[in-house]
Amino acid sequence: MLARRLRSTFPALSRRWQTTASTTAIESPSAGGHPSSVASSQLFRMTRESALRTPGISWQDDESDRNIVGGRETRKMNLYQAVRDALSIALAKDDSAIIFGEDVAFGGVFRCTMGLAEEFGRERVFNTPLTEQGIAGFGIGLASMGHTAIAEIQFADYILPAFDQLVNEAAKFRYRSGGHFSIGGLTVRTPTMAVGHGGLYHSQSPEGFFMGASGLKVVIPRSPIQCKGLLLSAIRDPDPVIFMEPKVLYRSAVEQVPIDDFALPLSRAEILIPGSDLTLLTWGTPVYHCESALRLLTSPPPSLAPLIPPSLRSAKVELIDLRTILPWDIETVVESVRRTKRLVIVHEAGMTGGVGGEIAAEVGKRAFLRLEAPVRRITGWDVPAGLQFEKFNMPDAVRILDGIMETLSY
Amino acid sequence: MASLARFRPAVRRIPAFARAIQTSADTTQLQDIIEDQSKPFTVKLHEESFRAYQCETPSLEVEVKKDELLKMYKDMQTMRRMEMAADALYKAKLIRGFCHLAIGQEAVSVGLEYGIKPEDRVITAYRCHPFAVMRGGTIKGVIAELLGRQAGMSHGKGGSMHIFTPSFFGGNGIVGAQVPVGAGIAFAQKYLGKNTATFALYGDGASNQGQVFEAFNMAKLWGLPAVFVCENNKYGMGTSAERSSSNTEYFTRGDKIPGLQVNGMDIIASRHAVQYARKWVTEGNGPLLMEFVTYRYGGHSMSDPGTTYRTREEVQRMRSTQDPIRGLQRYIEEWGLATEQELKQLDKDAKAEVDQAVEEAKQSPEPLAKDLWTDIYYKGTEPSSMRGREREEVHHY
Repeated sequence: MLARRLRSTFPALSRRWQTTASTTAIESPSAGGHPSSVASSQLFRMTRESALRTPGISWQDDESDRNIVGGRETRKMNLYQAVRDALSIALAKDDSAIIFGEDVAFGGVFRCTMGLAEEFGRERVFNTPLTEQGIAGFGIGLASMGHTAIAEIQFADYILPAFDQLVNEAAKFRYRSGGHFSIGGLTVRTPTMAVGHGGLYHSQSPEGFFMGASGLKVVIPRSPIQCKGLLLSAIRDPDPVIFMEPKVLYRSAVEQVPIDDFALPLSRAEILIPGSDLTLLTWGTPVYHCESALRLLTSPPPSLAPLIPPSLRSAKVELIDLRTILPWDIETVVESVRRTKRLVIVHEAGMTGGVGGEIAAEVGKRAFLRLEAPVRRITGWDVPAGLQFEKFNMPDAVRILDGIMETLSY
Repeated sequence: MASLARFRPAVRRIPAFARAIQTSADTTQLQDIIEDQSKPFTVKLHEESFRAYQCETPSLEVEVKKDELLKMYKDMQTMRRMEMAADALYKAKLIRGFCHLAIGQEAVSVGLEYGIKPEDRVITAYRCHPFAVMRGGTIKGVIAELLGRQAGMSHGKGGSMHIFTPSFFGGNGIVGAQVPVGAGIAFAQKYLGKNTATFALYGDGASNQGQVFEAFNMAKLWGLPAVFVCENNKYGMGTSAERSSSNTEYFTRGDKIPGLQVNGMDIIASRHAVQYARKWVTEGNGPLLMEFVTYRYGGHSMSDPGTTYRTREEVQRMRSTQDPIRGLQRYIEEWGLATEQELKQLDKDAKAEVDQAVEEAKQSPEPLAKDLWTDIYYKGTEPSSMRGREREEVHHY
């Protein structure tokens, strides 16, 4: 495997405990857990001008000319602050909006609801017992009365006790009542994906489990601007939405975020880097690992250079953030693959039964005669997310680079 | 595992220290002499009609009216006729799939409706047909739903377990799942400052589900106007209450939530208890548990003959001695409110109403194929296409 060779020749790319294994001294791990691919990313919008010109942005306030950007302000926010900002707008503009979940009145474990209880009252932002199934059922009942119910499940791993309520009650409420009832006001927020040291029950990516639950929407943002716009869209969407926030990005992803009320469209993928030779499709944290992989491909460091044929370095790879996982944007993805003729899908969840399989099957059907290489999935392994193995489990830049090269040279 | 139950030394029906609730349907006594039949009069319930847990039992003296009793009689009779019609349609293979009938439990569904207000909310499990009608639905709508027709209350998409009205949040197919949903509904009522109550019903089988206790806890914690109603018909599917529950006193299972056990076979007691419960929760006392001790004559569902886990004699004895409709019939006759002849006319009217509804429901066409894809996502927010029944069938929105 190329990945293995790369690691031996390019130690900087290797996992931390591999490099430290060779020395007897025990280094203390680096603080913060900010992944290097996030820290070095060029995808964040760091200026006011670029933030206000985020593609697909639609202002949701009373300004007569909705597209006007002059006079609008931005503020530097990380992802959890963007969540808080969106929730604050939702509460301020909608009297029926209520936020509840485990410890949310104190800000929640990731500080996403800091100060909201003080600002909007404890009858609107309150703690629930440790009762995931009950939280989901409670939220469904609340939404069925026309309320905007914003529930937090503390970790996406804990959404599984609520799986029945979400799949059997939430997803089907409108359908099984013949259109008489709607619980579109329900949004379930939950932190997802790996954080580097979450282990078995705090680093999973359960989005794939919901793929069969038509009636639900599943959204995963990649950055603070995306998070604010998509969360406001999710809260106001007339269907129940599960909003999964990549937890490693809460602090590490920082952008200039417009302070006004705005929306970004659901069920629409976004082309982040246009290209013509391969489509690289992902969502959430791996967006940044993909970006790193593309940098390694075009300008490899000297230690990597011998392993990457010069003919591949000029390949134009199109990077797409899927953003909404269910129902997903088939048109954008298929249109891209028809142009590039190659598809690599990256997600953190395991390969078997993952979202990538569904996308690969659909693309295989719609673009079969255009494909020059099999659709490649680069995912977590089909193993539990063991604590000390977590970094091995994640699809990192090296594995993604490996997959891109194999697919390009197929 | 099932065989383990056989080794239990003795099946304990009633705890030795407690007196049993009375489930007779005809022990209510007239207190006054009725001089003017248009005016309310007082009756006295059997003194073991209620048992309370951490609260007072309701008074035994109840005021009733002739018109109301006759209407309750007609409604119970109509509900039974409707369920019998569903039974016949199922056996004629016109209704397919799952179907759970509430024959024998009419005093609960009808008694509930007579004790609450239109703006209250009700949510229940899969034995839902009478509640749907009593909460503003139609017999035609229910039967058509069972038949899977366009005129069904969920347009044929739901079936037996999924029937809704604006104040009735449906039958629900997942055992116990409706209970936390009911807590959410009650929260909205409290939040909106509406002086109304939510009645969340479940069976003795569902009472052992974890999420039922999750809902109890939230409701008590937040003082919600929720009445959690256990319809104890003594069997959760084919397992008797004693074999499934370590504590069969379902009204005591709310920990700090007070409870009330009610004779669910006497509709006067049922209605009176519902009024008591409604008052309790709307006066800011927090939630209340209610247990209706009742009985279903039929099997759990259509595939269950209902005689493998209980004797025919037991069913026969309940039917002949504790039937809620016969009980009310006896009151009406003994108290001189109507003659046997007049009641027979009400029976005929009920049958005719159901027969007509069945005929109309049968005339309704089956749902259009295009409706397979509607009401999944809100109109206008659907994905561009969804797959259908066959490989080549794809619906484009």
